[in-house]
Amino acid sequence: MADMVFWIIVGITIGSAFMVVQSKSLLYSAYALLFTFVGVTGLYVFLWADFLAVVQVVVYVGGILVLIIFGIMLTNKITSVNISHASMQKSAGAIVVLGFVGVLGYMVFNTPWVELANAEPAQTAESLGHLLMMDYLLPFEAASLLLLGALIGATTLSRKEN
Amino acid sequence: MTVDMLIDWFATIGDFPILSFLLAVIISGVPLFLIMALNAMVAVYVERKVSAFMMDRIGPMGQGPGLHAGKWGLLQTAADAVKLLVKEDTVPETSDKFLFKMAPYIIFIGAFLGLAAVPFSSVLQVADFNVGVFYIIAVGSIGVIGIVMAGWASNNKWSLYGAMRSAAQIISYEIPAGLSIIVPIMMAGTMNLQEMIHFQEGNVWGILPNWIIFNNPFTFIAFFIFFISAVAETNRTPFDIPEAESELVAGWMTEYSGFRWAVFFLSEYANMLVVSGLAVAGFLGGWQSPIPGMFDTGAWGLFWFMGKLILLIFVMMWFRWTFPRLRVDQLMHVCWKVFIPIAMFNIFGVGIWKLIFG
Repeated sequence: MADMVFWIIVGITIGSAFMVVQSKSLLYSAYALLFTFVGVTGLYVFLWADFLAVVQVVVYVGGILVLIIFGIMLTNKITSVNISHASMQKSAGAIVVLGFVGVLGYMVFNTPWVELANAEPAQTAESLGHLLMMDYLLPFEAASLLLLGALIGATTLSRKEN
Repeated sequence: MTVDMLIDWFATIGDFPILSFLLAVIISGVPLFLIMALNAMVAVYVERKVSAFMMDRIGPMGQGPGLHAGKWGLLQTAADAVKLLVKEDTVPETSDKFLFKMAPYIIFIGAFLGLAAVPFSSVLQVADFNVGVFYIIAVGSIGVIGIVMAGWASNNKWSLYGAMRSAAQIISYEIPAGLSIIVPIMMAGTMNLQEMIHFQEGNVWGILPNWIIFNNPFTFIAFFIFFISAVAETNRTPFDIPEAESELVAGWMTEYSGFRWAVFFLSEYANMLVVSGLAVAGFLGGWQSPIPGMFDTGAWGLFWFMGKLILLIFVMMWFRWTFPRLRVDQLMHVCWKVFIPIAMFNIFGVGIWKLIFG
């Protein structure tokens, strides 16, 4: 049963990711991305990462995807802009993809994966919080400072000079 | 009765994993859909009546023999439903037909997923997640995608403006709502809705129920910020600039008719249920009785939860018929310059309170 659901989710993820790349219309790509994100959420659930799964929906579906669509729609004179994207430099792209698949495949087959007993971790959010606030406080704060800098930078750049 | 419990129970009868999974999903999903449909039908009638009474009218009434709306206009809601179902389903010639037809489903899925985690009583809950509170906030954002899709696919200026306003509004108000719901999470130390409700057992000072809203001043403020932001997230008046009929005809719903429009309607009312359910579970003690120690066994849980839910939905209707619509800039001002600073201060305050008194 779980296997079947897993493969359905994998199918949705890969199929919609293919749509994202293949679709000629930018907006269709963005909407196909919705299903990719939902599929990845399902994969997180299978890894018992419930908190991360929900974060995936909040950040990617609720934030990033809406921003992408918003950006397309806020484009000035939307009717005259050709909202499509075409593939370019196919041969160079193929080499990069093949190389990447090779590296990933090597990594997948040579990593000694630890197989956990089928036990559900009680509270992932709690242990995540402990890790972020105790063990990895400095990197966490550094990342938030970086994000704050990016936010202020984006606001400064997008403001019109008075 | 969660899906997991049903699956476990089926497993004791026999070993048919796929069949029992499907059966469990249907058994818990169909009532959820019925709740949605029933809620919309009842709420439409109540909304008509409430608006009428607030405007000193009498609303839908039976008017003598022949075609009339039954006693007290009770048949009005049935007539509404029939009208919506038999209405011609129009798809604009120049619209993006695939996305146009898809949008209602996405919005419906968003509302339906949220309803799945609402704890109607200590046993009646379709899915009891460890991260239930966060989950409801998260699936709420799926609806935005559907709204933007509907607005764009309609190929209509009003729809597009409505959709963009709606997306901006929902994304903005998710922040104060999310920051306020962190307050009960901090108090109860859990994101599981059932554990959160169990935390609110008993009473404080012997009289008040031990609900999170009465716990300290910060939680009291947090409830109101959450509730107002939740009303804004459901796109209801006074926060209905996405469909402001005096400016945008009907906003992102302009081109929809018949059943597709009915699906939007259903989802809007289901969203009211979901956000009220979260407010009740997070601040108002969920299915706990307001009189500690009395009437809190068995079906009373469902009664109290539904009672509180209906009260909050009534307050939403009250808002709708007593406040004028906010302007776009006022709406953003309230969200970003008033609610978010207060909500952040609240989190800080609750942290200090827990350190000193907790």
